[in-house]
Amino acid sequence: MKARIFFLISILLVGGLLWTGLQAVHPFGIPGETPMDDYFIANAQGEAAANNVVTSIVFDYRGFDTLGEGAVLFTAVISVAALFRKRGHN
Amino acid sequence: MNPLSVVARTVCNLFAWFLAVFGIYVIIHGHLTPGGGFQGGAVVATFMAFLLVAHGGKKMQSWVKKDIFTLMECGGLTLFISAGLLGMSNTFFYNFLAKAGGLFGSAVPIGPNPGALNTSGTIALMNLSVGLEVVGGLSMILLYMFSGAHPEESLGREEAGHDR
Repeated sequence: MKARIFFLISILLVGGLLWTGLQAVHPFGIPGETPMDDYFIANAQGEAAANNVVTSIVFDYRGFDTLGEGAVLFTAVISVAALFRKRGHN
Repeated sequence: MNPLSVVARTVCNLFAWFLAVFGIYVIIHGHLTPGGGFQGGAVVATFMAFLLVAHGGKKMQSWVKKDIFTLMECGGLTLFISAGLLGMSNTFFYNFLAKAGGLFGSAVPIGPNPGALNTSGTIALMNLSVGLEVVGGLSMILLYMFSGAHPEESLGREEAGHDR
């Protein structure tokens, strides 16, 4: 009974905080700061010579981020290979 | 895992190639249409999953070698890093091939246009290398997990299908 009251109070507390926080979120689909979006849309075709602006961001403007993604995949493959290997020393 | 019936094997043999072609299309057109190296690579890796499920692991492991996929994965990642490092005279991951005139070097008109394959510089190259890496990595994960989940099949026990 005590735990139930504690859970109820904490749910109300966290829910109230989340609800008050959500009131300050700007509406969906309308970005708060647009200079960066405008720059990419205006210059991606000219600078990166790519029609697909999303790909030009992923592979050109933020290529280092994609290198990290590739490294994550590489690490995952290495760990699966290490987990399922058969040969090895005791 | 035993091979599935003749019907399932025939259908998988046929449609696996369509999956591979679609995945290669998504990789190659990564700088023109939605998708790219990661997505197309995952689609091409479905080819291996299809054949693995349909034919069973023993036959699959006699058909393909894991070394090929290791080579594809390591080669793809090395190509990606070197494509980033080659633009090092400006910045890391500088797009040095774009608008240079050679490979993938055509310029793109500003605004809506039909699009050409020979554009976008290192972006297309990186799409290809990431696609190679994802195909090799996911296929290798499938093969390793299969041989780990059914260890008795590597000892040479005979497999029998449903229809025999």
